[in-house]
Amino acid sequence: MLKLKVNDIDIEVDEGLTVLQACEKAGVEIPRFCYHEKLSIAGNCRMCLVEMEKSPKPIASCAMPAAEGMNIKTNTKFVENARKGVMEFLLANHPLDCPVCDQGGECDLQDQSMYYGVDKSRFKENKRLVPEKNMGPLIKTQMTRCIHCTRCVRFATEIAGVPELGAIGRGEDMQITTYLEQSMQSELSANVVDLCPVGALTSKPYVFEARPWELKKTETIDVMDAVGSNIRVDTYDWEVKRVLPIINEDINEEWISDKTRYACDGLLHQRLDTPFIKYNKKFEKASWAEVYKIIKSKIENTTKEKICGFVGDLTNMETSYIFKEFFDRTLEIKNYESRADNRFINILNRDDYIFNSSLNGIDESDLIFLVGSNPRYEATILNARIRKSYLNNNTKIYSLNEVGNLTYPYESFDGQTQTLKNIFDGQHEFSKNILNSKKPIIVLGESFLRLNNAEFLFFKIKNFLRQNNKFSNEWNPLNILSCDASSVGNFDLGLINNEKNILDDLKSNKFEIVFLVGQDNIKFNKTNEFVIYQGSHGDKGAEIADIILPGAAYTEQDAHYTNLEGKIQKAYKASYPPGEAKEDWQIINEIAEFMNNRKLFNDKEELKSSMFNYLNLQKEKQNKEHKNEISAEFKNEILTIDIKPYYFSNIIARCSKTMIECNNSKLNLKSTGTEG
Amino acid sequence: MSLRRPAKIQPEYFEFNSSSLEAANKIISRYPDGKQQSAVMALLYIAQRQNDNWIPLEAMKYIAKFLKMPYIKVYEVATFYTMYNLSPVGKHFIQVCTTTPCMIRGASKLVEACKEKISENECELSNNKSCSWMEVECLGACVNAPMMQINDDYYEDLDKEKTLKILDQILKGETPKPGSYRGRLNNEPENNRKTLMDYKNA
Repeated sequence: MLKLKVNDIDIEVDEGLTVLQACEKAGVEIPRFCYHEKLSIAGNCRMCLVEMEKSPKPIASCAMPAAEGMNIKTNTKFVENARKGVMEFLLANHPLDCPVCDQGGECDLQDQSMYYGVDKSRFKENKRLVPEKNMGPLIKTQMTRCIHCTRCVRFATEIAGVPELGAIGRGEDMQITTYLEQSMQSELSANVVDLCPVGALTSKPYVFEARPWELKKTETIDVMDAVGSNIRVDTYDWEVKRVLPIINEDINEEWISDKTRYACDGLLHQRLDTPFIKYNKKFEKASWAEVYKIIKSKIENTTKEKICGFVGDLTNMETSYIFKEFFDRTLEIKNYESRADNRFINILNRDDYIFNSSLNGIDESDLIFLVGSNPRYEATILNARIRKSYLNNNTKIYSLNEVGNLTYPYESFDGQTQTLKNIFDGQHEFSKNILNSKKPIIVLGESFLRLNNAEFLFFKIKNFLRQNNKFSNEWNPLNILSCDASSVGNFDLGLINNEKNILDDLKSNKFEIVFLVGQDNIKFNKTNEFVIYQGSHGDKGAEIADIILPGAAYTEQDAHYTNLEGKIQKAYKASYPPGEAKEDWQIINEIAEFMNNRKLFNDKEELKSSMFNYLNLQKEKQNKEHKNEISAEFKNEILTIDIKPYYFSNIIARCSKTMIECNNSKLNLKSTGTEG
Repeated sequence: MSLRRPAKIQPEYFEFNSSSLEAANKIISRYPDGKQQSAVMALLYIAQRQNDNWIPLEAMKYIAKFLKMPYIKVYEVATFYTMYNLSPVGKHFIQVCTTTPCMIRGASKLVEACKEKISENECELSNNKSCSWMEVECLGACVNAPMMQINDDYYEDLDKEKTLKILDQILKGETPKPGSYRGRLNNEPENNRKTLMDYKNA
């Protein structure tokens, strides 16, 4: 520990901290532009100048390591003058266009010039002119506003792993640009908008939409992937204007993916706002009472074995739970399923379907083996964590398949399950690396779980790791990478039918009534089935439906989601469902009431407490027993990584114009052949 | 001076020839393993020498791949230093120093001469396409001001007439004698020395 003084306050700090961090510890705020906790130190904005005793010149506190016996002063005339001087230089070339700047109201430069700046300028010369740069469909540039803090350059190089941004030219002519003005090839690109302390990089889809002080801000959970990033949803009346990240060091740190941020305009388009009934292949508007009546008569005239239900990839836990209760209690049949494919899941043991090592665990790991997964597109934030681990610990990363650029170097094998079997039989060179590793992480993707031999291989991997003592109280190396926000929650709630294969039955047209709740990804040839679709958007599911029940999207209801690590998080209501639409749990509750004259739950509180009771019960029932290797006939297969198109992976993203533009920008780039 | 942009017309391909490759490998071998990227400036210079005094984008890409570094990093370096030419210059590339000592001694006359003989504007090719000129910052030969550099050679102690003569020779394809044009050896004092008189070989 080092002892130093900040404004005559004695403090003790750890070694390796900078003067700026020490000042923060002492409760003194230091203005800064280029310094950012998560990025490397540049020290080029000079805004953080402080006075140090015995130093004739002010020091840049962000770049100066704290040392024993330092006496730092931040409230003297000397410091005030230094800050004023720096501010004057920064503003010399900064345009006075705050009234038309989207950053206005949340601009670091604006705020800091109010506190630390001078109220007039002595700079009489012309301001410099910098042409705008093309950075793709998400980032709008106004480069005259740039103060060259290089946060965006450092973010692209360090966190995103796409070194495409840089500062060209020198002196007054320095400009920030992407290489030859191509759009940034990263799924984290829009984070530079948050990082930019001025209005040089602003959000293109949000341009001139709203001022920050007009927006209602709701802190909630993202559902675009299974990571469960913490987000802030900004709404103006009903409309979701934008999505921003909030800091959660255990999950998304400070970043969110472009899909999380920009798919929100999908919430405005193709919404289902009133119930529909299909007459002669045409949808007609109806009232809730009418549709309930039809549903009731249909269900009463059908044998219960012929009814099945599916929940979708964005369905929250409350809805899934009441859906299950509706089948269990009202229909008394267990024909429900949450998977849209026949992938293997061992529902009996919670450890067999979550990401056990946890996101923070990735930082500690020394070996990562990806099997049937492309984390860059399946869980972008998780991929950024892997990159961080690679940078900080030089973690070795392997993949069974060659999956293209993951933003960090990795070694790949031939993608055959025979190789996988050999590795976990201990007969492969690579087996030694796993054995020698202290904290290995084996990531099993959904593509792996879809293999015919998935169950056999899964237990083989688990047994190999167990026999070689890779499991301990602190470390569980076996991880399943789920892609959908609802997956783990649905497994926790037991929305899975392992006794019979409902999906195959559906495909062979054995059912008469199909109830889809937000499920758009099932491919089956509809013949005589009566399809009830409940969801927020008119997409594939609504297309085949006979009755449409308009539900709410993730920003429109209070609900819980469990992320891929098994962390349960609450999402809050930021907006309300459009038109006649209702919250999802409410619709199912009302159908049950209509059928039996008895609600399943009196209110949401009751539903919630009942759900948590169920979850706790399930936890106690966990089958922790060690399952021996199952004997099965093993046949070599080629593992193909089958992932949904990144920008169209769920209904909200499919309805988003921004996502279409992003997708097109990548397509165009491919066809020009200039991608190197 | 403003931000220098890469030329509009770019060659489609660039590769080191054998002598450049040898020179590049020699320079790279001076750096420890994993620090090869430090050789980027030297390699850009080698590329410039090979490619008639300018660096095309393809060469930057080639060097980036050669040193396993991102394209933008090479691009940053090439745009930062003014001695890398990003657009074509003449085979005889004339750099006229116009920094203070040369300016005081009449560098503007040299510029006039270049304008008369080569082209009205900087960085434009002469009529026979062999020459171009530009004003540069101090070339470090202030004792022999005013001066200019043609490719690798310094021509010093010039005035307008002498410059015109040199340029005529250059345009004809001859190589004028480098060095002082007032008969000095290197930068010895004119009219004999005035200090250290006691030493014969000083």
